[in-house]
Amino acid sequence: MQSLKRTATAALALCASLSVAGGALAGNYGTPVTEADVAAWDIDISTPTGEGLPEGQGTVAEGAKIFAEKCVACHGENAAGGDMYGSMVGGIGSMTEPKRKLTPGSMYPYASILFDYMRRTMPMTEPQSLTNNEVYALSAYIYSLNGLVPAEATVSAETLKAIKMPNRDGFMVDDRPDVVSTRCMNNCPPLEPILKK
Amino acid sequence: MTHLVHPVSKGICSQYDADRLESEQRRTFLRNSALFTGAALTASAFSAAPASAAKLAVSQSNKEMGREIEPEAYGMPSKFESHVKRRRTDVLKNKQHWSDWSMTPIHQQPGIVTPNGLFYERHHAGTPDINPDEHALVIHGMVKQPLKFSMNDLMRYRAVSNFNFMECSGNTLTDWQQAKATTVQQSHGLLSCAQWTGVPVSTLLDEAGLDPAAKWVLFEGADGSAHARSVPIEKCMTDTVLAYAMNGEMLRPENGYPLRAFMPGWEGNVCVKWLRRIKVSDKPWHLRSETARYTDPMPDGKWRQFSMIMECKSVITRPSGGMMLQGPGTYEIEGFAWSGNGSVKAVDVTTDGGVTWHQADLEGPVLDRCLTRFRHTWEWKGGPAKIASRAVDSTNYVQPTVADIAKQRFTSGFVQHHNGIFPWSVSENGEVKNAIA
Repeated sequence: MQSLKRTATAALALCASLSVAGGALAGNYGTPVTEADVAAWDIDISTPTGEGLPEGQGTVAEGAKIFAEKCVACHGENAAGGDMYGSMVGGIGSMTEPKRKLTPGSMYPYASILFDYMRRTMPMTEPQSLTNNEVYALSAYIYSLNGLVPAEATVSAETLKAIKMPNRDGFMVDDRPDVVSTRCMNNCPPLEPILKK
Repeated sequence: MTHLVHPVSKGICSQYDADRLESEQRRTFLRNSALFTGAALTASAFSAAPASAAKLAVSQSNKEMGREIEPEAYGMPSKFESHVKRRRTDVLKNKQHWSDWSMTPIHQQPGIVTPNGLFYERHHAGTPDINPDEHALVIHGMVKQPLKFSMNDLMRYRAVSNFNFMECSGNTLTDWQQAKATTVQQSHGLLSCAQWTGVPVSTLLDEAGLDPAAKWVLFEGADGSAHARSVPIEKCMTDTVLAYAMNGEMLRPENGYPLRAFMPGWEGNVCVKWLRRIKVSDKPWHLRSETARYTDPMPDGKWRQFSMIMECKSVITRPSGGMMLQGPGTYEIEGFAWSGNGSVKAVDVTTDGGVTWHQADLEGPVLDRCLTRFRHTWEWKGGPAKIASRAVDSTNYVQPTVADIAKQRFTSGFVQHHNGIFPWSVSENGEVKNAIA
């Protein structure tokens, strides 16, 4: 890697000059930039507050059209699961059932998570190609299928911030170590599977 | 699945015979070669071999010149080791292979360092090929001065190098309630260990000047998933490294070339690869990757969040699933232990299904948050047996059984952070199988 050879040479030159000068050797090598310079990269959304959601909006109907063009091949008709991935619809109320069904509707504690995720990563073959309006429209469509916005809804930053997600209070902070075991050496209970046969 | 049942090197001698269809000639070779591993064989195990060996012929390699040194080359393993490969899972099969994973053959790894070509992979949108001359890292958000760094800039800082394991939070997740994996590569192969070299991120955050209210830091990748995670500022300021090298060479593309985050002891997915952006905030982002993914189901419908530490765990790698013991005799049980909370203090081994435990020997070096190899000599009398290991770390945490974990957590579904004791059964004829259930 040519660039690293250059670095090594530069570092040697630096050492030589510093050894002559003496003193503290901590260098600052970052180049100052402004938030405006970083704008195109600055795509994250603080999902509890919706901070970072851009201007724009989209309707459920628009979302359905974009879904049919760009998403249905992997996610299936009505986002009910397709060739690659499982359903993105339903599961609300399933968290206390033996088999939890995880969808954006049932799992996400904040509605903006869907916007953040789709904008940074979808469609998988062409990430970061959707416009903000398209991401809002797809958010409208997916949340409409999950019964969280009406079928005639227009979704924007304000709409996403206002949706109270069913799993909003479903999370707890890491409290491990939660399992305390003893170091038994003799006459210990035999290892048993979780499910008794 | 048969391609995965290749725990034994074809080239290097071993006691454990994987290939049940192999010739008697090879079996004899394996039995004899076991002597060279230092394991004493009992009379019964050795009795099938001739009482005195045939006279040894001078080998052809002694009688000719070897390969010439090439003018320049990147050296590769022996052709006789070509079966040692990392492999995609075929237990939990994904239908595409961009958001997928490949697993390290830990049963074929001597020592504690995983070769770069065998280091496990987990990507969310495949491996990008990033030109380091065009790559940049930005630090912004709640800092006095947002900064941009080229790779050449980053390599001018004083670097650190540390040996640390990395484990995927999903390692072993197919095997909570049912025995799904055949081999230890399938059950525990989302685990590797390397010497990581890079710049402490605290150096760069100090340069940018943290806002006193800074509490959380976003790490984001330059890949097609722009994978991102929120990390507490304390982890950044204590031991997080922005790594550009592993095991004495630049990162491999699949492990984040040219730059990745590395957080010792924490799950792999926070160690964001192809790192392009660090943003400082006073609160976490609660992204999909830290709510709908990488969280742990708990009783009463709850989910445990931000559970990044990989707790103390161990597994026997030899003998392990898919291997075959060659008759009663003395066997070297060995495996790995590790803890995201410190160093490995002790490992115990049972050969009677957990009733009796024996303290194993630790093979040095024993390092903080690093793979540690243990060994225990076992006299197998030939009957059915169940073997397992149990690690204790420097915080005195004892590796639990899956049954004990299940008393605290929900273990049905796609469940992360399986650090339970993992038993293998040995049948009367020496066949080793997954015995988690």
